[in-house]
Amino acid sequence: MDDFIAARSQMALSLGFHIIFSCIGMIMPFFMAVSHYKWLKTGSIVYRNVTRAWSRGVAIFFATGAVSGTVLSFELGLLWPEFMKHAGPIFGMPFSLEGTAFFIEAIALGFYLYGWNKFNKWFHWFTGVIVGVSGLASGILVVAANAWMNSPAGFDYINGQYLNIDPIAAMFNDAWFSQALHMILAALTATGFAVAGVHALMILKRKNVLFHTKAFRIAAVFACAGAILQPLSGDISAKDVAKRQPVKLAAMEAHFKTEEKAALILGGIPDEQNDTVRYALKIPGALSFLAHGDFKTPVTGLEAFPKDVRPPVAITHYAFQVMVGLGMMMLLIAVFYFFTLWRKKRWLEKRWLLKLFAAAIPVGFIAVEAGWTVTEVGRQPWIIYGIMRTRDAVTPMPGIVYSFSIFTAVYVSLSIVVMALLYRQVKMVGKLYDVTS
Amino acid sequence: MLYVVMAYLWASILLYVLMGGADFGAGILEFLSTRKSKDQTRQVMYRAIGPIWEANHMWLIIAIVILFVGFPVIYSTVSISLHIPLVIMLLGIVARGTAFSFRNYDAVQDRMQVVYSKTFMYSSVITPLFLGIIAGSAVSGRIDPQATHFTDAYIFSWLGLFPVTVGIFTVTICGFLAAIFIIGETKTAAERQRFIRKARHMSLAAIVAAGLVLIAAYRDDVPLAGWLFGNPVSITCVMLAALSLFWMWASLFRQSTRWLRIIAGAQITLLLVAITYEHYPVLINLKNTEGLSLLVHKGSDKTIHALAVALLAGSVFILPALFYLLYSFNKQEAT
Repeated sequence: MDDFIAARSQMALSLGFHIIFSCIGMIMPFFMAVSHYKWLKTGSIVYRNVTRAWSRGVAIFFATGAVSGTVLSFELGLLWPEFMKHAGPIFGMPFSLEGTAFFIEAIALGFYLYGWNKFNKWFHWFTGVIVGVSGLASGILVVAANAWMNSPAGFDYINGQYLNIDPIAAMFNDAWFSQALHMILAALTATGFAVAGVHALMILKRKNVLFHTKAFRIAAVFACAGAILQPLSGDISAKDVAKRQPVKLAAMEAHFKTEEKAALILGGIPDEQNDTVRYALKIPGALSFLAHGDFKTPVTGLEAFPKDVRPPVAITHYAFQVMVGLGMMMLLIAVFYFFTLWRKKRWLEKRWLLKLFAAAIPVGFIAVEAGWTVTEVGRQPWIIYGIMRTRDAVTPMPGIVYSFSIFTAVYVSLSIVVMALLYRQVKMVGKLYDVTS
Repeated sequence: MLYVVMAYLWASILLYVLMGGADFGAGILEFLSTRKSKDQTRQVMYRAIGPIWEANHMWLIIAIVILFVGFPVIYSTVSISLHIPLVIMLLGIVARGTAFSFRNYDAVQDRMQVVYSKTFMYSSVITPLFLGIIAGSAVSGRIDPQATHFTDAYIFSWLGLFPVTVGIFTVTICGFLAAIFIIGETKTAAERQRFIRKARHMSLAAIVAAGLVLIAAYRDDVPLAGWLFGNPVSITCVMLAALSLFWMWASLFRQSTRWLRIIAGAQITLLLVAITYEHYPVLINLKNTEGLSLLVHKGSDKTIHALAVALLAGSVFILPALFYLLYSFNKQEAT
């Protein structure tokens, strides 16, 4: 493996790892706060237990997300020093604000986790809400920084110089809103389905059914609301990418030929040598509609771009299809669940409904990883779209493959330990909390 | 506004040394405790640092963000030349943070606890050791951006007697800070005695380590003595720090907890003033060429301005919340 590929792999690994923990760390506090609110309002001990159980989850995920985020703030320079040398002062604004948000989150979490029975109960609840709000703010800010790499703004690039730098304009680049919205909803949906699924699984096993049912209901509503809103945000994103990064959109769709009534391509094997896709299912006109809002407008194909500025088509295309496919699955489950809540309450007791949710535990996070792959791989070969190539940004230090191996080992073992910890938390619910059922 | 940003950089480094240092030190003390007293140490320590331990490490994030937003050339130079110690430090941070929280939140108490504790203790030593090595390399002029050979560029930029002794010194400082901090959190007279003893041992160790640093500086041709004794401000700071240490020893058992903390904090602050005063405005000394100055290698004016505003605005939220956190958990300990 050459150093450049190793550096990219290490970055992908670090982000792919961090994104899961930050999504959960960002969304779980809200579930926790809702349950906490219900406890304070109803006085039901079950809600108190659910809140405490979830707060432990938040603590585990926050700690892991915090350290993996610290790693990333250094890795930007360790792996991409040339990029940071120029980009730091331009796109650094959201990071400096994120520092504050992250700090507030850590302080609020200290209050929340160690403040049981020590403070006014509403103040204690409020600190939990602050954990969620500041986590959400951190998420939006970090995504805004990433959006700048897709949609550079706030400077003039003249003869290789970065002039007239305006960090505020860089932060509010054209992509920040669509990307941040899509990421927040993705975090909500993925976390919601994962949490709801775990509790559904425990109800199926007939363990502490009352506890898990209350927990399931809260998480499932959030998950399903997210799953229903996400396609709308996806549509905003697609139209936005079509405008700003047509080559990325073409790679996502494996769309080689510029044509009117462009067909939406499902599956298939992209052949980048001959600019075609084999064995794909094509829906005529659908891509034109999705990208531009009507069936006729031409969609720029990959052929319009020289080969050396095209992203890897197959990875981008498959990742995109996986993301959309899984998103549609979650949408169906969500519609079905709301229908159940509205009309067929008795289905809530049915085992097949719970099995459906249990099966969907990993689905949201697979979609998150796939979506992240689309945005990152789809931006290649650029690190700053149209301005700086990733290859020119990489560290001159040789032997990155060794650090990549070490980080892989560390992150794989950490993932295993976290899974084991969660398994134990769930298994021990009956012992840890005075559960009555 | 540039001076605001530089002040924040300095302050966040100081606060990271003080608060993060005490935090690392807690693990170092656990490491140095006899097997019998490890559990005790752990319990007192957990009570002391539990609520604030996440916040303690945010100062590093603030410092690094200031560096890469405001002074990108310095950040990228350090990232290239000190890649290896930075990676080791990061692995230490990951291991330590996760082990601490997993140890606390594992629902089943079994042999995994031993794994968590071991990881926590070793990484509590390794992380500040490498932080010290990085700091020592940055000031000692070993970094050579023009180096072409791998070992010159990436190994001997940090591997040397001086940086390593600075690393050891950092470890002892952390242990010292932790012991002083924890004295105030102890519940019984016996516990208090134990941590006072530890504080005294750690301060002795710090003095020995400081001596080693001076010897190493002499051997590695680092003009440390010139920095510390070459100007009136630095020399005053060093003298004050040394005198207050004697005073502290003489009155360790009599002093109130608050005074001990203030004195210890002041000593570290004085040392940092002494070492940075002569260096200012250079942050990184380089080999055979001029060092990297904060006044020269800064981001655009607009960036510095925005960064300063962000830091000032952030403080309005962070500082009151942080003080209230420290205050309210301290008060509850007392009652």
